Amino acid sequence: MAETPHRRRAHTRTRDLERYAGLFAERTSVMRSSAMRDLMAITARPEVISLAGGLPDTSTFPAGTFAAQMTKIAQESTAEALQYGPTEGFAETVDCIVEVMGAEGMLPDPDDVIVTTGGQQAIDLICKTLVDPGDVVVCEAPTYPGAVPVFCSYQAEVVQIECDDDGMKVDELEETLARLDREGRRPKFVYSVPTFQNPAGVTLSLERRLRLVELARQRELLVVEDNPYGLLRFAGEPLPPLYQLDGGDFVLYIGTLSKILSPGIRLGWAVAPPPVMEKIVLGKQAADLCTSTLTQHFVREYFAEGRWREYVESLIEIYRGRRDTMVEALRSHFPAAATWTEPQGGLFIWATLPEYIDTGDLLAKALRENVAFVPGQAAYADESRGRASMRLNFSGVGDEEIREGVRRIGKAVAEQVELYGALTGEHEVGAAPAEADEPGRADVLPFRKESSG
Amino acid sequence: MKVAVLKGGRSLERGVSLRSAARVEDALERLGHEAVPVDVGGDLVKRLLAEQPEVAFVAMHGVGGEDGTVQELLEILGIPFTGPGVAACGRCVDKVLAKHELRGAGVATPDWFAFNETAFRELGAADALSGLEQRLGFPLVVKPSRGGSALGVKFAASWFEVPEALVSAFSYDERVLLERFAEGRELAVSVLGGEALPIVEAIPGDGDRYDFEARYEIGRTEFACPAELEDTETAAVRGAALAAYEALGCSGFSRVDLILTADGPQVLEVNPIPGLTDTSLLPQAAEAAGMSFEQLVERILELALAPAAA
Repeated sequence: MAETPHRRRAHTRTRDLERYAGLFAERTSVMRSSAMRDLMAITARPEVISLAGGLPDTSTFPAGTFAAQMTKIAQESTAEALQYGPTEGFAETVDCIVEVMGAEGMLPDPDDVIVTTGGQQAIDLICKTLVDPGDVVVCEAPTYPGAVPVFCSYQAEVVQIECDDDGMKVDELEETLARLDREGRRPKFVYSVPTFQNPAGVTLSLERRLRLVELARQRELLVVEDNPYGLLRFAGEPLPPLYQLDGGDFVLYIGTLSKILSPGIRLGWAVAPPPVMEKIVLGKQAADLCTSTLTQHFVREYFAEGRWREYVESLIEIYRGRRDTMVEALRSHFPAAATWTEPQGGLFIWATLPEYIDTGDLLAKALRENVAFVPGQAAYADESRGRASMRLNFSGVGDEEIREGVRRIGKAVAEQVELYGALTGEHEVGAAPAEADEPGRADVLPFRKESSG
Repeated sequence: MKVAVLKGGRSLERGVSLRSAARVEDALERLGHEAVPVDVGGDLVKRLLAEQPEVAFVAMHGVGGEDGTVQELLEILGIPFTGPGVAACGRCVDKVLAKHELRGAGVATPDWFAFNETAFRELGAADALSGLEQRLGFPLVVKPSRGGSALGVKFAASWFEVPEALVSAFSYDERVLLERFAEGRELAVSVLGGEALPIVEAIPGDGDRYDFEARYEIGRTEFACPAELEDTETAAVRGAALAAYEALGCSGFSRVDLILTADGPQVLEVNPIPGLTDTSLLPQAAEAAGMSFEQLVERILELALAPAAA
């Protein structure tokens, strides 16, 4: 009989822990609070309706296509698909990437592209290339929660710039840059998700895009444009990516197939000018030598079939419906004092509650009702910020679950609003969001300012 | 010996419980026992009936595992288990009830007032709050009556911060307490089979004094064991801890958290099933007493199998 194949490591004693603790790199000390980590772990329970994830819908991907392509790879390219590949990625994969970027009007030089293990690795490699401990990295407030630990692990000092309905406030960015100048500090880069931002769902306006690119050129400042969602637009006119406006001199670009094909294949990329790319390639070599060759073969076959845009269109249809469902549910179930963004694409809505509600604590209450979301603090390097906000995902679950999930969160919020009213004698006044000029949409997003304590 | 290790469950402290249990399972195997890990869920009773363990090691924290629920089932099934019994768990996990019991037994605990959510919603209890200022003073601590670790525990520096703190605390339980802030050294006394182990002192980092979450992070709070105390202080702290353990009817093991104020020790709470992770305080205290983790686990099992001897 076979032995159990896995064995847990032998236990560690306190003294051992101290011994290890003495060995830990300083960068490990910037970890998230364990209480919140434990809370988030519970959101994975099967009975929980999770609006917390960032999951695209993969249930409608045609299984037959998948099977046929994998069979073809096995029949025609087994040896190559199972072998190491070049660190930069296969030229054929880069051709697919150039095609995807072309769909948004970008024309990168294929030599400037490196294939990465998801867009997440691209963020990591760019930080590895550019950030020394103590360096300033500027990003949006709120920013992509998955970028925060990367910045922290390179011991960057993260400076966050407020957003409104038109994305990052570029005038505030200018003021911040001027302040940093006076302090004799120069940020290594500005990280932005300009289109259908994660977590806020907002999109940087054309005017601000132009200004940001101009700033980058004037100051020779690098901008890292992370654009996982650009092709997932359900409403409004497409806006040119920063990379296109800049031409690739000062804008480094991060793309991914996670949201338009599959996150499980882990295929992303970075685009950078040759001197930067050279360093990124060295970093990639050290990190994992190359991106999965099997994945790259699959991508090649998938794009050769020529129907990738059809699949993206089908996703857009699904997500548009789910966004509508979520917005409608928010109008029905969230109290008048709450506001939220109404994205024209992407996967997320950012909802902001009255200031006295801490969404970390609200999550504990919501979990008793078997529903989960991401507390806003995850989107800030300074965890005292974003406390009254939450990120809601509408792409990963069906309409029925969205409605029920939002209803349950709304009920928990309403109870807290009522309780606060009873405690302070203040009762809710003002029109419900549904009665505002433009239904359900606040003119200016009440992104929460830094807590006064 | 076949030992069922009960862990996980639906508590908010599930993660800590899984870490405690993993360590216990390893130790059991090293001791030559057969560890049967049981992630507590709907099939708990079926699993226990099928496995027929000789004893259950309860490594659960928070609501469900630490409040007597699982212990009650184990009693019905006739399976001996580690740690305090049903009644003691019930008393410890409800901080308000525990404080009443402590005060009744003459054990010092900071002044407090407790409120149900309905008192605010339906009885206008908010109007009574203003009268508490001179009774409790500021800062005060607002905490859910049930629930472990730091979840939902907030300091309020002034009345303006009380409503927000209450809303947070009520996220975890329908009853909360407002407690006088006891200024002093933070100590934890682990009690094993009615005997106090060396005292652990938690020394929060600068600026983390009012940040409960920080205290649970490695590196932000330092622990000293045994705590550097005068002999008289040690005696007073151990005395208070043992009195609290007795007053709440604990058996097997527990951890008493207290503050050593200028006026002597004040007991904050008793954790009926303290953490057993590699950063937890009970294992640290045991080690300071010269016990390895295996010896600690073996002793806890002995106490479970011979409760009368405890």
